[in-house]
Amino acid sequence: MNEERHQSTSHRRTILVRRHSIVTRLTHWLNVLCLSFLIFSGLQIFNAYPRLHWGQYGADDDRAFITIGADERNGEPRGFVTVGGMTIGTTGVLGLSKMEGQWTPRAFPGWLTLPSYQDLAAGRRWHFFFAWLFVINGFVYLTYNLLSGHFRRDLALNRHELAPRHLWQEILDHARLRFPEGEKARHYNVLQKLTYIIVVAGLLPLMVLTGLTMSPGIDAAFPVLLDIFGGRPSARTIHFISASLLVLFVIVHVAMVILSGPWNNMRSMITGRYAIRNEGPDA
Amino acid sequence: MTSLLTRRRFLIGSTVAAGALAVGGYGILEQNPDVYAVLRSAEALTMGAQRMLLRHRPLAREFSAAEISPTFRVNGTQAPDSEEYAALHENGFADWKLKIGGLVNRPLEFSLADLKKLPSRTQITRHDCVEGWSAIGKWTGVPLGLVLQAAGLKPNARFAVFHCADELEKTLDGSGRYYESVDLIDAFHPQTILAYAMNDADLTVGHGAPLRLRVERQLGYKQAKYIMSIEIVESFGDLWGGKGGFWEDRGYEWYAGI
Repeated sequence: MNEERHQSTSHRRTILVRRHSIVTRLTHWLNVLCLSFLIFSGLQIFNAYPRLHWGQYGADDDRAFITIGADERNGEPRGFVTVGGMTIGTTGVLGLSKMEGQWTPRAFPGWLTLPSYQDLAAGRRWHFFFAWLFVINGFVYLTYNLLSGHFRRDLALNRHELAPRHLWQEILDHARLRFPEGEKARHYNVLQKLTYIIVVAGLLPLMVLTGLTMSPGIDAAFPVLLDIFGGRPSARTIHFISASLLVLFVIVHVAMVILSGPWNNMRSMITGRYAIRNEGPDA
Repeated sequence: MTSLLTRRRFLIGSTVAAGALAVGGYGILEQNPDVYAVLRSAEALTMGAQRMLLRHRPLAREFSAAEISPTFRVNGTQAPDSEEYAALHENGFADWKLKIGGLVNRPLEFSLADLKKLPSRTQITRHDCVEGWSAIGKWTGVPLGLVLQAAGLKPNARFAVFHCADELEKTLDGSGRYYESVDLIDAFHPQTILAYAMNDADLTVGHGAPLRLRVERQLGYKQAKYIMSIEIVESFGDLWGGKGGFWEDRGYEWYAGI
């Protein structure tokens, strides 16, 4: 983020700075591809057994703390989600949805699963292929950015940023959709840094580790995973929750990209160049 | 401004097109043999990686008696419905014999009583269904390696195929018959047993009486129930669908470690 290029002569006040390295851009878009396939094939896999448990075992007769299902209520078929002891009717989307015009009991509807019809074997093939690609891509991203100093330079938090007063100000600014401009836009703000750290160092590795804990082979190789996550059913539950948090992140991330200048942001993630409008006359 | 609008239109257009291709393209992609082959390449990678990580043959976790599932879900066939099986069951499997053949030096037959006289192993392990549920049970049986050693394997032996009594899918040609296979690495793993007891009682019909395979470190569909014979082969390519198992013939991975 240091090399810069003036767009034209010194009369203009907009400058283009180099924002994202080629590795960051490539791994970002590969990650978009991987996560898209992983989420839709993941929901296909979830549909094969739409209940989430906690502990070392968990099957039909054991207590589940999230269930997506279908039943009959007043003679009418109904889709529902049960979380804890609370049941919410979700007919049409979760539990019961239309497949080719027919009401079909299905946890997640066809338009959210890959393939759209029920096919666990195919869902697993898509999931594991893109899981490998995701892991390799993540490895390239982490290695390059650790070595290049990107994390230290752009993501490391300083004490001033973490002061409650500063954090609160950032939250207020975001809520009012006031985004940094000029010199300040050269760097990630503290909320961005925190979010990226949580996603890159928290949620994404958690997805991989909980995913691996569901593998009986990996559990034999690294039984400690069962102690960390409390069992295969627990790992499956955490996998589902952290995937949901990732979806939430993507929604907020895309919303922020749109609200803070979609073309500039897209350009910076495609060509690497980010435009900054400087206040005051150019020196 | 004009150029911006054009570019914007182009970007929107291409995004919509890419999205439509991604959503509508799944079905087409799925049926494309090249795409299918690329997707399946991950299976070889998974197996290679797991075999490397499991090269010192660690044991799958064994649990305490307190951790056994209160109810162990019966999966797959609830009860084989052939007359042959009904007759065996009626007689308490006294007439049942496990046949071991194929690429062995000495084809053998074991009655249930013979098997129970052999050294046994008891293990409390987790059964992991490919669908995502898990159940913990206590299994007692004969290590498969012991039985295979008694029969003596020929040099070209590579896989143990388990032929079962149950037909999970009704077909005219019998291709719905359950079968499974493991390679010799898994066959000789200390936790790979031919189980005749579950939770300190003889196997129930639902759980695969009189004999089922326990190959811990792999998913539930590898744990063949109602074993009638074990055939040692060099390749399972000419058996039924050629993929080495009932579910494998229906699209599931042969190596079920994940």
